[in-house]
Amino acid sequence: MSTLEPRYSRRALLCRAGLVGLAASASALLAACAGQQPTPTPAPPATSPTPAAAATPTPAAPAAAASPTVTVGPAAGEIVIGILATLEGAFALYGEEAVRGVELAVAEFGGAIAGKKIRLVKESTDATPQVAREKARKLIEQDKVDCIVGPLSGDEGLALRDYAKTIPDKTIVNGTSAAQDTTLRDPAPNFFRFSTDGVQWMAGLGTYCYEVKGYRRVATLGEDYSYPYSQVAGFLLEFCRLGGECVAQFWVPIGTKDYSSVISSMPTDIDAIYVILGGSDAVNFLKAYSDFGGKAALIGGSSTVDQNVLETKGALRSRVIGIPGAGPVAADNPDPAWKAWVEQYRKQFPQGLSTPSLFCWGYYVNAKGLLLGLQAVNGDLSDGQKKLQAALAKVEFDGPTGHIKLDKNRQAIANNFVTEVAEGPDGNLYNKLVKVVEGVNQTLGLPEDKYLSLGSFTRDNPTCEKIKRTFGS
Amino acid sequence: MSWPQFVTVTLNGLTLAALYFVVAIGFTLIFGVLRVVNLAHGSFYLLGGYVGWTVADRTGSWVLGAVAALVAAALGGLLLELGLLRRIHGQDLREALVTIGVSIVAADLMLAQWGGFTYDFSPPDAITGGVRLPLLGIGYPKYRLFVLAFALALGLALWLLLARTRLGIVVRAAIDDRDMVAAVGIDVQRLFALMFAVGAGLAGLAGVVGGSVLSISSGEDARYLLASLIVVIVGGMGSLPGTAVAALLVALVEQYSLALFPTYAAIVSFLLMVVVLVVRPQGLFGRPA
Repeated sequence: MSTLEPRYSRRALLCRAGLVGLAASASALLAACAGQQPTPTPAPPATSPTPAAAATPTPAAPAAAASPTVTVGPAAGEIVIGILATLEGAFALYGEEAVRGVELAVAEFGGAIAGKKIRLVKESTDATPQVAREKARKLIEQDKVDCIVGPLSGDEGLALRDYAKTIPDKTIVNGTSAAQDTTLRDPAPNFFRFSTDGVQWMAGLGTYCYEVKGYRRVATLGEDYSYPYSQVAGFLLEFCRLGGECVAQFWVPIGTKDYSSVISSMPTDIDAIYVILGGSDAVNFLKAYSDFGGKAALIGGSSTVDQNVLETKGALRSRVIGIPGAGPVAADNPDPAWKAWVEQYRKQFPQGLSTPSLFCWGYYVNAKGLLLGLQAVNGDLSDGQKKLQAALAKVEFDGPTGHIKLDKNRQAIANNFVTEVAEGPDGNLYNKLVKVVEGVNQTLGLPEDKYLSLGSFTRDNPTCEKIKRTFGS
Repeated sequence: MSWPQFVTVTLNGLTLAALYFVVAIGFTLIFGVLRVVNLAHGSFYLLGGYVGWTVADRTGSWVLGAVAALVAAALGGLLLELGLLRRIHGQDLREALVTIGVSIVAADLMLAQWGGFTYDFSPPDAITGGVRLPLLGIGYPKYRLFVLAFALALGLALWLLLARTRLGIVVRAAIDDRDMVAAVGIDVQRLFALMFAVGAGLAGLAGVVGGSVLSISSGEDARYLLASLIVVIVGGMGSLPGTAVAALLVALVEQYSLALFPTYAAIVSFLLMVVVLVVRPQGLFGRPA
C-alpha cells in the first residue's frame, strides 16, 4: 500500500511518464552530442585523462569506467576487427546475416593472418547515423579495434565516411551500406567499399522491365532516406533512357506501418509500381496492396524481395511470385564459386537461411577484401595503417559472385544480377536468376562528367525528364 | 482528394483507430487503476503476436491463436505485477524504469526465440478478401472492417463491464481514490493484479488482431508502445472515453497526412500531441490536477 507515499496528481504523473518515455531518446541525443565532440586521441586509460574528458562527462566515460577491463585493445600477435551491424529492431535479421558474412570470411582464412589471431568484436546499431557513429567511436576508442567492418544501412555509411576522416590511422571497410554518395562524392581515404552500391544494384533492371516485361509507365514508392534515393535513381537511369515514364513518386517515413492510404493515392493508369522498402515494411506493403486489390505489377528494389523477406512466415508467398528485382546476388547463380560459397554457408550456419542474403554477401566480400589486404602486408598495422590502406586499394579477387576490384574512389566494380521471385522445387521462394550484368561501375557505364552533373540523388532528383535531357533518350 | 479516395482514407483511419484503441485501452486501464506507466506494454503486444502466430500455425485455427495470445500476455502481465511491480508500488519512477528494463529484456528474449523473421497471419476465410461497400461503390478489405467491428464490440463490452457490474464499480472507485477503496475493505492488491492481467491480455489480443492487419516482427513492440503513449497522452491518462476519441483522432490524422503528404506524415501525430499538451496538458478527457 502506498499510504506512506504522497498521492501524486495526474499531472505530475503525466510529466513523469513523458520524462521517462523520453529517457531513451534523450540518451540517444546525448550519444549524438558526444559524437560531435572532437575525438581525443586514444590514450591508455591508466595515464592522466585529458582535462576535457574529466570536465564534461559523456555517456561514454562512465561506461568506460564501469566496463570490465578484461580484453581491451589488441593483445600481442592479435588483430581486432570490429563488426558494426544492426542486431536489433526491424533490421535484426539483416544484422544476423551480416555477422555470418564476416565469420565466413574469417573462417576462410583459418581465423588468423600471418600468424596473428583475428578477434571479432560485435557492436549493434539501430540503423540511425547518430548511433552508428557513436558505436564506431566506441569500437575504436574503448575496444581499441584495428579495423571496422560495417555499417549496414545507407545513412549510417555516410556518417561513417565522415567519421573515418577523423581517424586516418584506422581503416573502415563497408558492410552493406549502399548510399551512392558514400564513395562517389567527397570520399574518405580510409573508407573502402568492396560491395556495390544502391545504384549499381539496379543495373539491368530498368532495361529488363522495359524490354521484356513491357512496362512503360511506373510509379515509385520508397522509404525517405539515402539508400532508397540511390535505388530509385538507379532504376530510373535505365528505364527513362529507354523511353519509360515515371508518373508519380511517393516517399514515406521509415517504419510506416500502414500503407493503405498511400496505396489509395496511387495513380491507376500505370503498368507497375517500383517498391523499395525494407524488412517487415515491405511485407506490410505487399499485404495491404493485395488486400486493396492493387492491379499494377510490382517491381522490387534490392531489399524489397531479399531472401530475408521471402522467408517471411505465413501467407505472403502467393503475393510475391513473379516480382522482378535486381541486386548483387542471385540464389540460383550457376557459377561454381557461388555454389561452393552457399555450401560453406549452410555447413557453417545450419540454422541460417536457405540461401545467404545480400547482407551476408556484402559483409563477406568486404571482410574478405580487408583480410586479403591484411595478408598482403603480413598483418603489419604499423605506420598508421598506411601500408594496409595502400594494399587494400589494390586488392582484387574472385568472390562468390565474380570478380571484384576497386575504382579510384575505393568503390567496388562488380557483377550485378537481374532476378525474378520464383518457387523452388522444395517449396522455398527464391530470386531466380534472369540476367547477369558484368563489371558494373559506379556510374553504370555512363560518362562520369554527365553523371556527376545530375547532382546528389534526393527525393526529387533525378526526374525522368532530367535523365532524358542529360543522356538523351 | 477524390471522393472514393476520401472514403477509403477515412475508413483506413477508422480501422487503424480501432487497432490503436485495442492496444491503448489496456495501457490506460493499467494506468487508471494502478497508476503504473507500463512501458512494457508493447512487449505484451509482441508476445501476444508471436504466441498467437505459433499456436495458429500449429492448430490451423486463427481464433485459437487469438485466445492463446490473450492468455499468454495476461499471464505475462500477472507475472510482471506479482513478481516485480508489487514490491515497488507507488514509486512511479522506479516502476517506469523497471518496466523499461523488462521491455528490453523481453525484446531480446523474443528475438532469440522467434528470430528476426516477419510473421504474416492468415485469418479465417470468412473475414478475408474484399467486399464491395454498398452506396459508396468502392472495394474494401473485409478484415479491416472486422477490426473496426471488433473494437466497437470490445469498447461496448468494457463500457458495460465498468458501468453495470460490481467489479466495474470497484474499478471506477479505484480510479478515483484507491486509498478509500482499500479503506472500505476491498482487496486492492487482487484488483490490481486482475486489472494488470486484463490490460496485458488485451495488448496480447491486439497482437493477433493487429498483426493480421499488418505483420508481426521484432521492433513492433516499440512502435505500439509509442502509439499507445501518444493516444493516452492525447486522450488523458486513465480515461476510457478519452482513449477512444484520441485513438480516432491520432489514426485519422496519421492516415490523412499519409495520403496528402506522405513525406512529412511522421511528424504530424507528434504535432497533434504537442498541441494537445500545450492547450490541455491533462489530455482531452483527463481531469485537471
